[in-house]
Amino acid sequence: MLPEIEQYFRLEKLPHMWCPGCGNGIILHSLVKAIDKLCLDQDRTTMVSGIGCAARASGYLDFDTLHTTHGRALAFATGVKFAKPELNVFVLTGDGDCTAIGGNHFIHAARRNINLTTIVFNNNIYGMTGGQYSPMTPNSCRATTSPYGNLERPFNLTELAIAAGATFVARTTTYHTKQLTDLIIEGHKNKGFSLIEVITHCPTSFGRQNKMGTPADMLKWQRDHGISAMRYENLNPEERADKFIIGVLHKTEAPEYTTEYQKLLEKLG
Amino acid sequence: MSTEPRLIQGNEACAEGAIYAGMRFYAGYPITPSTEIAEILARRLPQVGGKFLQMEDEIASMAAIIGGSLTGAKVMTATSGPGFSLKQENIGYACMAEIPCVIANVQRLGPSTGVATAPAQGDVMQARWGTHGDHPIIALTPSSVREAFELTVRAFNLAEQFRVPVILLMDEVVGHMREKVTLPQPGEFPVVNRVKPTCSRENYYPYKADGDKTPPMACFGEGYRYHVTGLFHDESGFATEKPEIIDWQLKRLHEKINQHLDEIITYTSEETEDADLVVIAYGGTARAVSRAVKLARQEGRKVGIFRPQTIWPFPEAAIGELAASGKKLLVAEMNYGQLLLEVQRVAAGRSEVHSCLQSNGELTQPDVILTKIREVYEHAPGN
Ligand SMILES: Cc1ncc(C[n+]2csc(CCOP(=O)(O)OP(=O)(O)O)c2C)c(N)n1
Ligand code: SF4
Ligand SMILES: [Mg+2]
Repeated sequence: MLPEIEQYFRLEKLPHMWCPGCGNGIILHSLVKAIDKLCLDQDRTTMVSGIGCAARASGYLDFDTLHTTHGRALAFATGVKFAKPELNVFVLTGDGDCTAIGGNHFIHAARRNINLTTIVFNNNIYGMTGGQYSPMTPNSCRATTSPYGNLERPFNLTELAIAAGATFVARTTTYHTKQLTDLIIEGHKNKGFSLIEVITHCPTSFGRQNKMGTPADMLKWQRDHGISAMRYENLNPEERADKFIIGVLHKTEAPEYTTEYQKLLEKLG
Repeated sequence: MSTEPRLIQGNEACAEGAIYAGMRFYAGYPITPSTEIAEILARRLPQVGGKFLQMEDEIASMAAIIGGSLTGAKVMTATSGPGFSLKQENIGYACMAEIPCVIANVQRLGPSTGVATAPAQGDVMQARWGTHGDHPIIALTPSSVREAFELTVRAFNLAEQFRVPVILLMDEVVGHMREKVTLPQPGEFPVVNRVKPTCSRENYYPYKADGDKTPPMACFGEGYRYHVTGLFHDESGFATEKPEIIDWQLKRLHEKINQHLDEIITYTSEETEDADLVVIAYGGTARAVSRAVKLARQEGRKVGIFRPQTIWPFPEAAIGELAASGKKLLVAEMNYGQLLLEVQRVAAGRSEVHSCLQSNGELTQPDVILTKIREVYEHAPGN
């Protein structure tokens, strides 16, 4: 581990509990690099996570860390941020955690435009419980609860976030680690609700059940399918079919909830 | 605060009691008959620099207050039956992670949506066992407007002292009833704040407790950089599956309450000394019972009333004493017999235990209770 990022880890808690080849560690690495570049005060930064493989991330990080209940990370984080707006609050959540059981909290946190930096570890599956399909599992993909292929349609999470009112929305993959760091930095600088969806590889469940090969093969898949908006523009509809855009997808300004509340307090005080 | 008596509702007394106790963070979702608490606090909290948040549902409300509490704020939420059900998972989280918070449940008739505006006391056992797994709980139950204020303050004091969720088990009668009360002045009532660590970050073990079993609690953002989880954890706060540590933690969670039962449990008893029959009642029902007991006394029957203010932990010692004295016991409550089960358990055959139960959306009337008193009083044991 690079010495400049060591300080952000609880080294005594490592090695982590994730499977060999899991993408989650890559996200963590990009996250702490972003925090380092942002020069955030470690004592005034809180990591809030839900339940799942992804959500275990909080325990490895040397900040105030809150490992909550399944799906509720954003609701706990809203409490932390609203009570103490001066804290930097990051939310680390899985695709199931955020979009299934936590879907309601997700759209409402976005609607409030509360200043939380939310990183969704999207491995397209419920990893921790052994590989059941999630609202982010693509149609026809296999999971232990869709043995004949998934009949449901997945969310377009970034579109959902935009529609709900998020003011910074981006997507990337665990292949594009430098971009991930940059997006976290930009997302954190946004004064409002920021979503960074990270397509990550779960070789143990999603990869194995869908015959995606080794972790390296899954990373190559990400490299070949996640493309910039500019490249996407130049593709014909057929070529676009299995591609997705990475980078900043949406950026706007809107009143931030805790700031608006502060204004109210000042007006009344 | 004004020294003039004011005509206020139980729900308003609860809101004012919370502010008096130092509560500055509320998150909730509206539901009858608790909604006034939210409405009053939406107006009052910003006036005193506090935070009011209407969340998207009760699960989120419970989560948000736990987050708020971790930053050092005194926090509360208020709800009623259906919402109380939704809060249960995160109430368990607060038990496990030892997060001070107060949950007011203004009971209404259930199950399910039931009748939104009808009084009931059907959540007594849910308050005790609503969340999964073994856990201790504190629940207080007021029976007047003044007491709604006092027990709300007490609920915060206990939550802060023991780092636990405390349930304020109100009912529709007490929540909506109006009475003239003079609210206490600042300083008149003790207000307790949680103990914070004084040691350095290196020496801070968030779940290491001394003799009283309640560990000091650091605030997020103050440099302690610690971990909080709903998983079983060791003194450092990190997850463990070691049976001996699980055993240590679960025992400590219970001991921190059980070692302090004398402080936590309060009740009132009137005319029980010479009584042959003691009626046990709480909340709204206790008001009708008081009236019935008075009438029974006028008829020459030696009847008293025992009224728990702390419903959980159950006032086992006091009720055990009544049972040991051989007095007949009559439990009156607006449900199908929830506290009754506890009284029967504690009486353990030492005294007769009777009941006057009603769960039809109406407050039990004094004459119904009086009729039951006469019946039980006249009846020889064993008949
Ligand atoms: C209320 C509740 N329901 C179900 C579970 C079981 N559970 C734990 S993790 C999980 C899925 C996690 O999936 P995801 O959020 O995608 O995280 P991943 O493990 O894939 O990183 C489920 C269903 C739970 N812990 N709590
Ligand atoms: S199950 Fe998948 S997501 Fe979970 S640790 Fe293993 S590889 Fe990672
Ligand atoms: Mg997942």
